[in-house]
Amino acid sequence: MKMKLITGAVAAAGLMAISATANTAHAGTLDDVRAAGELKCGINTGLPGFAFTDDSGNWQGFDVAFCKALAAAVLGDTSKIKYVSLTGKNRFPALTSGEIDVLSRNTTWTFSRDVDLGFTFVGVNYYDGQGFIGRTKLGVKSAKELDGASICIQTGTTTELNLADFARDNKIEYEPVPIETNAEARAAYEAERCDVYTTDASGLAATKATFDDPENHMVFPEIVSKEPLGPLVRQGDDQWADIARWTLNVLINAEELGITRANAAELAKGTDNPAINRILGSEGSMGEMLGLSKDWAVNAISAEGNYAEIFDKYVGPDTPLGLARGLNALYKDGGILYAPPIR
Amino acid sequence: MTDQAFHRSQSEMLGERPPPANSVGVIGWMRRNLFSSATNTLVTILSLVLLWWIVPPLFNWVFFDASYSGSVGADCVGHGACWAWLDQRIDQFLYGFYPPESYWRVNLSVILLVPALAFVLFDRLPGAKYGRWYSLAYPFIAAILLVGGFGLEGVTTDKFGGFMLNLVAGVAGIALSLPIGILLALGRRSKLPLIRWLSVGFIEFIRGVPLITLLFVAVIILQLFLPSEVSLDQLLRVMIMITLFASGYMAEVIRGGLQAIPKGQYEAAEAMGLRYWQSMRLIILPQALKISIPGIVNTFIGLFKDTTLLIIIGLFDILGQARLLQTNQDWIGKVDHETFLLAALFFFVICFSMSRYSLKLEKRLDTTRR
Repeated sequence: MKMKLITGAVAAAGLMAISATANTAHAGTLDDVRAAGELKCGINTGLPGFAFTDDSGNWQGFDVAFCKALAAAVLGDTSKIKYVSLTGKNRFPALTSGEIDVLSRNTTWTFSRDVDLGFTFVGVNYYDGQGFIGRTKLGVKSAKELDGASICIQTGTTTELNLADFARDNKIEYEPVPIETNAEARAAYEAERCDVYTTDASGLAATKATFDDPENHMVFPEIVSKEPLGPLVRQGDDQWADIARWTLNVLINAEELGITRANAAELAKGTDNPAINRILGSEGSMGEMLGLSKDWAVNAISAEGNYAEIFDKYVGPDTPLGLARGLNALYKDGGILYAPPIR
Repeated sequence: MTDQAFHRSQSEMLGERPPPANSVGVIGWMRRNLFSSATNTLVTILSLVLLWWIVPPLFNWVFFDASYSGSVGADCVGHGACWAWLDQRIDQFLYGFYPPESYWRVNLSVILLVPALAFVLFDRLPGAKYGRWYSLAYPFIAAILLVGGFGLEGVTTDKFGGFMLNLVAGVAGIALSLPIGILLALGRRSKLPLIRWLSVGFIEFIRGVPLITLLFVAVIILQLFLPSEVSLDQLLRVMIMITLFASGYMAEVIRGGLQAIPKGQYEAAEAMGLRYWQSMRLIILPQALKISIPGIVNTFIGLFKDTTLLIIIGLFDILGQARLLQTNQDWIGKVDHETFLLAALFFFVICFSMSRYSLKLEKRLDTTRR
């Protein structure tokens, strides 16, 4: 009993030490990034379209593009990034411990991650939802008919929890086949180790496109969850969170206002549109308010383009993923993408 | 007449005749080894059928039906393997994200490794006396070559990757785990209680905890306690953990060898007036290490394969590169088997060489008169 008390006390002290360091040691991320001369950006270990390496070994992708925009806004240089590849399990400890400055790794914004884990989500860069893919020979037309099916899922993600909720709601008994990474889950499904594979709808479309026999598989109509994916930073450094948040908002506003990678530098010289002038720095002093340079937004847009350009380049209809804008279209175009004004 | 009757028998010795054709040569060997009994014949035929089922389709898949050219996975058509990625990606499988203009530094350190290993592994080489010093200096030479300094441009360790990363972590671990393991094994048998307790505690802790847990501690938990200005290189942390882990196992392997040495040897060494370290170095360890060779090499091979766990710190060793290519949207779903096959081939070459060398070493050092 006494032993237990002592162990408990030691553990509690340890936890307090952890939370103390986590909360105090990392204020002033902007200064840290400037001092280090590089942005430490947490990304996926490989997700089609979102984070992958090209033939010369450079990181590319929808999530990586945000790292580049942020590095450009803060440091004025997209090459000054240290990419840290993280799995679903170690992404949060890496952010807590200061191993990375920002996490841009298709992470779902949830209450507990925002509140309990001590992070600040800076926005949503991709509205996703969880869906199912199954073989047509199962004879099932809807996810609600999956009683008794075996389902491949990636562990340590919201996918696992959503599936459990959905099954309880619809009184389905299923047999989970938990798998560590997305690629392995896909391979397991292809090897018929499970009847159905569930992941975010963006991933399903990509997966189906790669099968030799796509006609024998179908994506069920149900989307069982809300998966707003977005970048996040540590809680407690509001300036840094603002910088990340408004960098994302700049990219979305740039699409709305027609500022592209190609014309950003030209428009920065001044236009008749005050909204564009404020973003690009020829009017007002938005950059200075953030503690950045005047041309921070020009740099951010010049990195990989505005939101639409990034989307089309990495995940859009002309890419192997072939995703439609859908929910991720601007609010004027029937989507829900809506960034607050920069003024 | 009687003479003739006698002459019916041979007067000269007949020359030796060759044994029956079916008991020598290929046929004879096959009769003795493959078809000696009904069971044996059955097993042979079944094995041949099995091989016939497996080998030709495998070869067809790997070589004859394979696609070799193309720039995206869709270019690979047909039922064979898809090797089109090799051309563009082999550099990443070998060097990871190491800057291409500095590949020569990696190549040079591998070339320099060959003599450094040779001087350790083979005696009777010319210049062996100085060679040993070179082998000792090699780790520092390699570290400077790979990381930079002394006029070479610096390369951070997060750029390390591919098979080079496996080699770096594996070679460093192998070179360090043996001496640490020996010290731990001696410590565990020491008569000084403090040293013994420490050694036992360390060894049992290492053996009681999975490697991946230790790696997580090194990578994630350690950072929470260290002050933020102290940042120990991630790769270094993981290499230390892998080395310590292998050392714990190594210590037990060597302890097995030490315990197999008859007590008389220890007493003889003492009777000669040798002090502790002298007797260990001259009498006990040469014998103990010799009988532990299979176990030692086993640990080496295990350690080398454990380097694939580097993926958890986000470094892409050859297996990580394979997974990375599998999730590239240009290649997704096309290269799952091929990339793993390539990684397996690299590991097989290294591990198989280690195991063959250890067999050779055992034979050379075998002094028992059986």
